[in-house]
Amino acid sequence: MSPALINANPVVYEKKERPVRTRPGDAAFDEYATELIDQLEDPEHPYSLEELKVITEDAVEVDDKRSYVRVTFTPTVEHCSMATIIGLCLRVKLMRSLPSRFKVDIKVAPGTHATEDAVNKQLNDKERVAAALENPNLVDMVDECLTPSFE
Amino acid sequence: MTSIEEEGLQLKELQTLTGHTDRVWGLAWNPVTGTAGHPSMLASCGGDKTVRIWQQQQQTPNSTSFHSLEVLEEIHTRTVRSCVWSPSGEKLATASFDATTAILEQNGNGFECVSTLEGHENEVKSVSWNASGSLLATCSRDKCVWIWEVLPGNEFDCVSVLQGHTQDVKMVQWHPTVDVLFSCSYDNTIKVWAEDGDSDDWRCVQTLNESNCGHSSTVWAISFNATGEKMVTCSDDLTIKVWGVDIARLQSGDTNASWEGIIATGAADDAICLFIESEDHSVDGPKYKLLLKKEKAHDMDINAVRWSPTENRLLASASDDGTIKIWKLDSIA
Repeated sequence: MSPALINANPVVYEKKERPVRTRPGDAAFDEYATELIDQLEDPEHPYSLEELKVITEDAVEVDDKRSYVRVTFTPTVEHCSMATIIGLCLRVKLMRSLPSRFKVDIKVAPGTHATEDAVNKQLNDKERVAAALENPNLVDMVDECLTPSFE
Repeated sequence: MTSIEEEGLQLKELQTLTGHTDRVWGLAWNPVTGTAGHPSMLASCGGDKTVRIWQQQQQTPNSTSFHSLEVLEEIHTRTVRSCVWSPSGEKLATASFDATTAILEQNGNGFECVSTLEGHENEVKSVSWNASGSLLATCSRDKCVWIWEVLPGNEFDCVSVLQGHTQDVKMVQWHPTVDVLFSCSYDNTIKVWAEDGDSDDWRCVQTLNESNCGHSSTVWAISFNATGEKMVTCSDDLTIKVWGVDIARLQSGDTNASWEGIIATGAADDAICLFIESEDHSVDGPKYKLLLKKEKAHDMDINAVRWSPTENRLLASASDDGTIKIWKLDSIA
């Protein structure tokens, strides 16, 4: 028997139409980064994080000159225990897609999660992230989120 | 004689050591090499699960020629997070995310694992030998610090499991002259542990937290100056703090009093910074100043910087970019 879902009835938003992109252009780097993560699948449902408005275009800040990216995401439920998994997926996707010079901060949108500081601290502790990614169970979960089964 | 502040100094890159296939987490200079006929030896460890031993062939003013002596692949099954030599230079302890600490020794066939310390519930983050090499300390994400007694025949007995930190313990470091242990943690504190004279029980004798000038976020590392009178710590709160250590009884040991006491730091800004005590003291105590900043020392985060214990002003750095660099602090002229 599968455990109860944290958010059984999510609100699903429309997906934005975007041209197919193969390479990041200088000015459009923001959109490229957003696109990379919008396609990520929610751990509980076959909808993308963009469709669930967990992540929006405004929430991705890219400073190409300073090689810095900040992503702010909004878990759909305040007590969401999947928040760290979502954060981890975001980090892995960016790690695999962005040039290695980029420094990435992943944060929960202020006021949207009960243990915001605790989640943020874990997601931005490089050592903790590295150890988590050596845990086969977590890696499987992350890989499943990163390779959507729809389409 | 000009003071170090007056010399025009630069950090000269002598060599880049490649080989690791993932980030390099830790570095350790063998304390008995690098003098009179013994070529310098350096150990490194990282995300590729290997422990690597590097040895210097020769050194000229503008380059060093470290080569890979050995690559140890079967020691750990996960990331090797830190490595440290025993004071005698005979043993190398390695701490791993696989929850074990390995003790390696060099014999005719190269380096071999002679003992595996188990007990921590999850990732071991750091390991440290005391000044005499009779005790070992390890710490882990399981929030505990373990103290082990080093016995003959590569036997290691756990003598204490110290609980007190409320989160992941990032590093342990013995004081350089007395058997007092320091630990720092994700719980933002630094704890001091000592043996209770009467009962031989180890306990926490002090906690440095925000209420007594401590850090406001994860404390990553601890280091002492040669005499152990000063301690420096660095944190996710973006500060480096220098502490005065008041040890009532200083046991005499072999300390090199001629060291200049330069603090070297590496960080996620890819830079190496060197700090020294400033000559103008304020009424409140010593002040420190930035001696030099080497920007873009590596292409990615720097995880460790270590001064050579034997060769003057020689520094090694380890990075997420998978390389180790050897630097010389030199005058610009």
